[in-house]
Amino acid sequence: MEMWFSEFHTPDVKHSIRVNRQLYSKQSDYQRIDIFETPEFGRVLTLDGNVMLTERDEFIYDEMITHVPMAVHRDAKDILVIGAGDGGVVRELTRYDRVERIDLVEMDPQVIEACRAYLPGNACRMDDRRVHIYYENALKFIRRCEAEYDLIIVDSSDPFGPSEGLFTREFYGNCFNALREDGIMVNQQGSPFYAEDATAMQRSHKRIARTFPISKVYQAHIPTFAAGYWLFGFASKKYHPINDMDAEAWNKMNMRTRYYTTRLHVGAFYLPAFLEEMLREVEDD
Amino acid sequence: MNAGTGRSRLDQRRAPIHEALETFRQMRVVPFDVPGHKRGRGNPELTAFLGQQCVGVDVNSMKPLDNLCHPVSVIREAEELAADAFGAAHAFLMVGGTTSSVQSMVLTACKRGDEIILPRNVHRSVLNALVLCGAVPVYVNPEVDTRLGISLGMKREQVAKAIAEHPNAVAVLVNNPTCYGICSDLRAIVRMAHDAGMLCLADEAHGTHFYFGGGLPVSAMAAGADMASVSMHKSGGSLTQSSLLLIGPNVHPGYVRQIINLTQTTSGSYLLMSSLDISRRNLALRGRQVFHQVADMAEYAREEINAVGGYYAFGKELCNGNSIFDFDTTKLSVHTLDIGLAGIEVYDILRDEYDIQIEFGDIGNILAYLSIGDRPQEVERLVSALAEIKRRYHTDGAGLLSQEYIDPEVAASPQEAFYAPKKSLPLRETVGMVCSEFVMCYPPGIPILAPGERITPQILDYIEYAKAKGCSMTGPEDPDILRLNVLA
Repeated sequence: MEMWFSEFHTPDVKHSIRVNRQLYSKQSDYQRIDIFETPEFGRVLTLDGNVMLTERDEFIYDEMITHVPMAVHRDAKDILVIGAGDGGVVRELTRYDRVERIDLVEMDPQVIEACRAYLPGNACRMDDRRVHIYYENALKFIRRCEAEYDLIIVDSSDPFGPSEGLFTREFYGNCFNALREDGIMVNQQGSPFYAEDATAMQRSHKRIARTFPISKVYQAHIPTFAAGYWLFGFASKKYHPINDMDAEAWNKMNMRTRYYTTRLHVGAFYLPAFLEEMLREVEDD
Repeated sequence: MNAGTGRSRLDQRRAPIHEALETFRQMRVVPFDVPGHKRGRGNPELTAFLGQQCVGVDVNSMKPLDNLCHPVSVIREAEELAADAFGAAHAFLMVGGTTSSVQSMVLTACKRGDEIILPRNVHRSVLNALVLCGAVPVYVNPEVDTRLGISLGMKREQVAKAIAEHPNAVAVLVNNPTCYGICSDLRAIVRMAHDAGMLCLADEAHGTHFYFGGGLPVSAMAAGADMASVSMHKSGGSLTQSSLLLIGPNVHPGYVRQIINLTQTTSGSYLLMSSLDISRRNLALRGRQVFHQVADMAEYAREEINAVGGYYAFGKELCNGNSIFDFDTTKLSVHTLDIGLAGIEVYDILRDEYDIQIEFGDIGNILAYLSIGDRPQEVERLVSALAEIKRRYHTDGAGLLSQEYIDPEVAASPQEAFYAPKKSLPLRETVGMVCSEFVMCYPPGIPILAPGERITPQILDYIEYAKAKGCSMTGPEDPDILRLNVLA
């Protein structure tokens, strides 16, 4: 018997992963949640049929969205995480002793429940005493915050589903308002490769660039995401992602990582020519 | 079983036009009639864009599908079901927008020289109908809320006064509600009109849901009005340009049909008619629940917007028992002047910078239309965007104008003025002249000037201010509205 999970990366490109068995499937109020066990990628979490993470490559995403801003903002203590119900970002953040508060806003309690049950490698630190989970619409949550956080990590699903509101100017503006004067916002910014994804990426970059004085993009290689090529947005009120990164201080912590290094940190902001052009196009617009 | 509203006599689960089209599709009839695209085959680009399903039922009148000009089978059944669902004696499916419903209503009630009593804040379609038929408007001054700068409903005593002063008028027309959701005391006005031997007509372009809501204002048919124009395509969920005209027992349906046929297309669109049929079924079966949710969502949005501060999202607290007899809680209107922006400016910023399109913005307010298709996540976006706009643009609001009611002086009937010899003058040179055309911001489409009204400096100030703030102005021959046509 052959069993495969397939996801269309475009109407003409399909990415398939062989499945041993399906561990979980549920329609929540917001989306369909599935967890598969696969021979190549271990357990795989999908939302509405889109891969959110696999046990095999989640470290790349979770390390890059967390350690890049943490190596730049040396006093980040109060942190807001949006989405990320799987717990991977929280796991990375709890490795920093200086972090005092992690507020996690996830609209769908079922995602957290499913990940706690089936993805312990990600959800293992959700019970850390610094973690506070809010089951709320993030737009609503953040409207009420002012100068409260040092870092906001936006770990959303793609911009065509229930997370659409997290790619809007009103959301970025409210994030700006919720950050302290030296705050940083990092978000998953999609892929620049396929046309529809690239347009969405440009739109959100444009909105961020109009909201924050410093707005940069960095990249990582994530095999199970569209084109295997993924971007993150680094938006900041004060700190520059390379010039203000303190490699020595970060390396002194002796934190073992599998993808992130302070050398890679710098390199990740050096982008291919086509992407530089795409970003310039909307920045100048 | 009679599903739905409880008052239905007919089986509201039926949708006769929809069913006939489904049957027709299966028959695979060979078309040697219009439309010439022949189920889309002749226009592959259109078919690719709209979909085979859609162009396949874009068909012509024929025996199995009935004829909108003279319904005897499935269209008639659909109209009977609509009448049943809305509590009317008869319902007409309309395909020329609620403009066509309003015009048919006015043309049924009035002929040349007749007087009709109406508030000045009517939609242009009402005054257009007066141009067509030659009836003369008798305006009831709607109260104006001075803080919000919006026209309210008609007070009972003002209507009584107009009726006493114009005992030969043939009808009273009422907005139920205004585009801001404000209702007059419709039951009392119906009673006064009937006591004086006049018809009562209701423009319910913004009130379809009144027929299916607990806690919503009274509908025209329930209040005993004689005719009502219902924008099914607004809160009812049908396709743009589809509408219903409802009548009570005092109006002859055959005469109304004749009036409708004076101006209606003889090629009524089955896309529009089936959308009315399916939407009526949905409202009859699920409308109460749906509009309850819509009202809850609007209430939530009001609370959240008011919590932002500066804005005033108004609601039922405005009710005063007379000029604001009732309020439609599904309407989300927000007063913006206190954050230092005109409504039209907020309207433009929402679209240009936040990709949010709302229904309209005027001098002091915006209106976001909530309906059957809205979801909480979009409401969150709207509220957050308003919070952001306040943060980014907030000023003390110096130099902003509030809207005032300008009591019109009707110097000639709209028809006389429209067709009279006229001349074109620069805006500022028209003071004291009688205007021969309409001037309005669209939306909402309530005329600032109508044909036959005398032009005052105050009106010109208002037009120039609205233009400067970015309102889309329509009506005059001169598209830039630098000149106006006045009676020669």
